[in-house]
Amino acid sequence: MHTKTLHEIRELINKGEVSCVELTKNTLERISSVDDKIGAYLQIDEEGALNKAKEVDEKIRRGEEVSFLAGIPMAIKDNICVEGLKTTCASKILENFVSPYDAHVTKRLKQNDAVILGKLNMDEFAMGSSSENSAFKKVRNPYDLERVPGGSSGGSAAAVAAGEAYYTLGSDTGGSIRQPASLCGVVGLKPTYGRISRYGLVAFASSLDQIGPFTKDVEDCAHVLEAIAGYDEMDSTSAKKEVEDYTRYLNQDIKGLKIGIPKECFGEGLNEDVRKEIENAIAVYRKLGAEIKEISLPMSKYALAVYYILASSEASSNLARFDGIRYGYRADEFEDVVDLYVKSRSKGFGDEVKRRIMLGTYALSAGYYDAYYKKALKVRTLIINEYKRAFEDVDVILTPTSPTVAFKIGEKSNNPLEMYLSDIYTVPINIAGVPAISIPAGFVGGLPVGMQLIGNYFDEGTLIKVGHAFERETEFSKVRPSI
Amino acid sequence: MSVTIRDVEYVAKLARLEFTEEQKQKFTEDLNGILNYVEMLNEVDTENVEISIGAYRVENALRDDVVKDSFDRDSLLKNAPDSQDGFVKVPKVIE
Amino acid sequence: MEFEAIIGLEVHAELSTKTKIYCGCTTEFGGEQNTHCCPVCMGLPGALPVLNKEVVTYAMKAGLALNCEINKETYMARKNYFYPDCPKNYQITQDETPLCKNGYVEITTEEGTKKIGIQRIHIEEDAGKALHREDGTYVDFNRSGVPLIEIVSKPDMRTAQEAKMYLENLKAILQYTEVSDCKMEEGSLRCDANVSVRPKGSTEFGVKTEIKNMNSFKAVEKAIEYEIKRQIEAINRGEKIVQETRRWDETKGETIVMRSKEEAHDYRYFPEPDMVYLVVDDEWINNVKNTLPELPDKKRARYISEYGLPEYDASILTSSKALAAFFEDTVKEGASPKDASNWIMGEVLRTLNDREMSIEDIKVQPKHLAKLIELINNGTITGTIAKKVFKDMFETGDDPEKIVKEKGMVQISDENAIRDIVNKVLDENPQSVEDYKNGKTKAMGFVVGQVMKASKGKANPQLVNKLVEEELQKR
Ligand SMILES: [Zn+2]
Repeated sequence: MHTKTLHEIRELINKGEVSCVELTKNTLERISSVDDKIGAYLQIDEEGALNKAKEVDEKIRRGEEVSFLAGIPMAIKDNICVEGLKTTCASKILENFVSPYDAHVTKRLKQNDAVILGKLNMDEFAMGSSSENSAFKKVRNPYDLERVPGGSSGGSAAAVAAGEAYYTLGSDTGGSIRQPASLCGVVGLKPTYGRISRYGLVAFASSLDQIGPFTKDVEDCAHVLEAIAGYDEMDSTSAKKEVEDYTRYLNQDIKGLKIGIPKECFGEGLNEDVRKEIENAIAVYRKLGAEIKEISLPMSKYALAVYYILASSEASSNLARFDGIRYGYRADEFEDVVDLYVKSRSKGFGDEVKRRIMLGTYALSAGYYDAYYKKALKVRTLIINEYKRAFEDVDVILTPTSPTVAFKIGEKSNNPLEMYLSDIYTVPINIAGVPAISIPAGFVGGLPVGMQLIGNYFDEGTLIKVGHAFERETEFSKVRPSI
Repeated sequence: MSVTIRDVEYVAKLARLEFTEEQKQKFTEDLNGILNYVEMLNEVDTENVEISIGAYRVENALRDDVVKDSFDRDSLLKNAPDSQDGFVKVPKVIE
Repeated sequence: MEFEAIIGLEVHAELSTKTKIYCGCTTEFGGEQNTHCCPVCMGLPGALPVLNKEVVTYAMKAGLALNCEINKETYMARKNYFYPDCPKNYQITQDETPLCKNGYVEITTEEGTKKIGIQRIHIEEDAGKALHREDGTYVDFNRSGVPLIEIVSKPDMRTAQEAKMYLENLKAILQYTEVSDCKMEEGSLRCDANVSVRPKGSTEFGVKTEIKNMNSFKAVEKAIEYEIKRQIEAINRGEKIVQETRRWDETKGETIVMRSKEEAHDYRYFPEPDMVYLVVDDEWINNVKNTLPELPDKKRARYISEYGLPEYDASILTSSKALAAFFEDTVKEGASPKDASNWIMGEVLRTLNDREMSIEDIKVQPKHLAKLIELINNGTITGTIAKKVFKDMFETGDDPEKIVKEKGMVQISDENAIRDIVNKVLDENPQSVEDYKNGKTKAMGFVVGQVMKASKGKANPQLVNKLVEEELQKR
């Protein structure tokens, strides 16, 4: 059962072959049998999940029409608020924080009668590319327990890959959905900035963060996106744009569609085996009648530098509220209020979080603002312009999602810059704010390789169309780890 | 630009963080590493380039001046490490 | 050496919107602690700000009334600092792009009219309230997120009096436009001063100090006066002025250095990434312009030209919106502008002053004041009685007609009745009659006084005069 996709499960429920309670119990059992090894979950709400499942079964029994997501178990990254559940961001500083309110996406899921199983592990405050930075436990890659699942939404990716949820939500600031999706062999979408409300997502870098779904395939992705996308008056940056019927982009012909291949993404740093897999994927598209065009995105190479300034600066300010006063961890001993701040924050935050707060505080501090932050905002303009120009010529852009397959746990944890380089293909997309999806596109040594499709602003539809075309031609999305 | 231990100490103070001498040394190296990398932005000519606030331009996300129910106080204070009589309590602040 | 002072003021005024600047919680004053709060204004993880449209309108209204240019494209910024009453540990304000800039307020000094420049007006959120008690600091976030405008003057003031006048005029304008109720005691108007001194004739600025904690206009005046004197004396002693923040101590009557901050302020301003560009178009600006009421300057000119009031009276009557409204309503109810002005400038303000009350608190209704004036003019009561009636009205808010009737204060205009009193007085004072006959006309005044006294002030004074003379002649 746990290997099935969301749309397959929907069909089984609709046919009456499985009840939502059975399904939920089955998934809870799956979690208890594998999550000791995977470490995807930080919190499980068994009672809440079963109650919801029962409620949906009743509805179905009464013959009521239910939503596509109704009664199907899913889980949420632990930086998204669910009323009454803990939202820890995998940080000691929020270890006991119980959210008194629902995030916008949580509300939408509840309206859709989703069965929320619990909260998923991640890099602390979404800072990291390996999910090793969780204050509580590491997440492991279901394809190889010695390897990382990627990050920061490692729990969300691993849970879907290992069949511990039929779909999950994550957040993506520089690749935190796409990179773990790629490393765990699942589909992960970072929508256009503003497509999904950030209200209730604990902010890492406000101008880059975006919530998105993890699913087993592109068809599932279309369904989940449709349920959670849309304008929210509580988020000033959310877009007042109609939500499309994304499922109508499934099963479409892509003949004549123009796919751009940025030459900068195939140079130094890209693992040779990964390159071969991506080239095979390009060949699939060529065969399907797409027009492959080499393009150049020369500003991309500055994206990572822009990212580390913007993301760290915004984070240094966003994380100031964790001070041990209104909520969260408060140190046991302190001399006065300032000492309370210092002790609580120093003990409550992990090293990577502190590193970024330090970098961001430095970049914003007197005398450096113009040289770093303002400069980065200007280069951001140039990167945005470059993407806009590129989409005048092509419909989508195709790149590898990550330069390598999943690396070993501990392999990069001592070198922040090397760790940061694993986001080299995903970061520019957050800087530009355009949507991108990572889709399983091959295997190297039994480990999944993801391909990234990048779309124009608010053109998630084309990503679904192009991604689904690939899935119909290949079998990669049907592979499940043997755990 | 090169970060010194004194810079790290100054920034730590601003950020309300404290470190051991060893950590300060490590942070100094880390920050220098990242800042060296970031120096590449100086290659980019940004003369006459406007800043971008956000990924794309949005204007006037405005709310009407209509009162909404506030939250139940207990639900807002239940996470507070110390509260009394409906107040959030902290060690005495001397102005 | 002769010195001159350079003074600039930073004024924070709370806007009179119904809801907070970034969330829908009420701005109502009072309310039990932490009951006007939500995830947004308590800075909970994941909560996001959305700008209240009315805040922009109010701030533009203030800006236009203060002769500012409106910045058509602005964005919000974060000001980062840690303090227990600041829930996010940053304040969402405006930095590089204030909504309004380059305005002025006119004040009238002995040398004539002087323009005090306004550098900028920006919108921002208020912090919560920290109550410092023996066993700890207690924080209430009801005020957190209440909208403020910060009005930063140019360093154009030279004396404490000028600063006070600027503040008074600024307050009047903010009240006229109904942008803020400007209650210093509720904290809806707050003022900090930057003060420096320099040798007269010098063009360079001296080192300035920032003065905080001034809780009334009088305190502002006294604190600035003190600070100017302190700085001059320090320089004369050969000391250097240090840039620092000082607190006005009302009871000691001096400014005191605030506990030196542990680090220099480094607020790390940057554009607020949770919010978007604020763009105001001409239509919006014009709509706001059209709602601007008649402002104090114009009103004053009108009182002089239309009502023929003296300049001094016109200035006093227009000094606050409530006072001007009281005056205009009294006129509307039938009193002549001259009478209304005389009464307000006289009894009304004197009584308010004695009781340390403001016009907003008065129980007397304009229509009742108009009626009181009418009662004098139609001879129902005398001027002396009217003052007594007014005292009653001030206490009770009652209709003067009712007071006059109940207390039997109607003027006696019956000739026979008065003649009886006159004769009674003359009978009792033969010496006065004698004196009068001997050509001492002064004696008549004494008799008139006695008659008025005997009538308890109710006798018509003109009639008394006439009848006393008549009866004296007869004797
Ligand atoms: Zn609120």
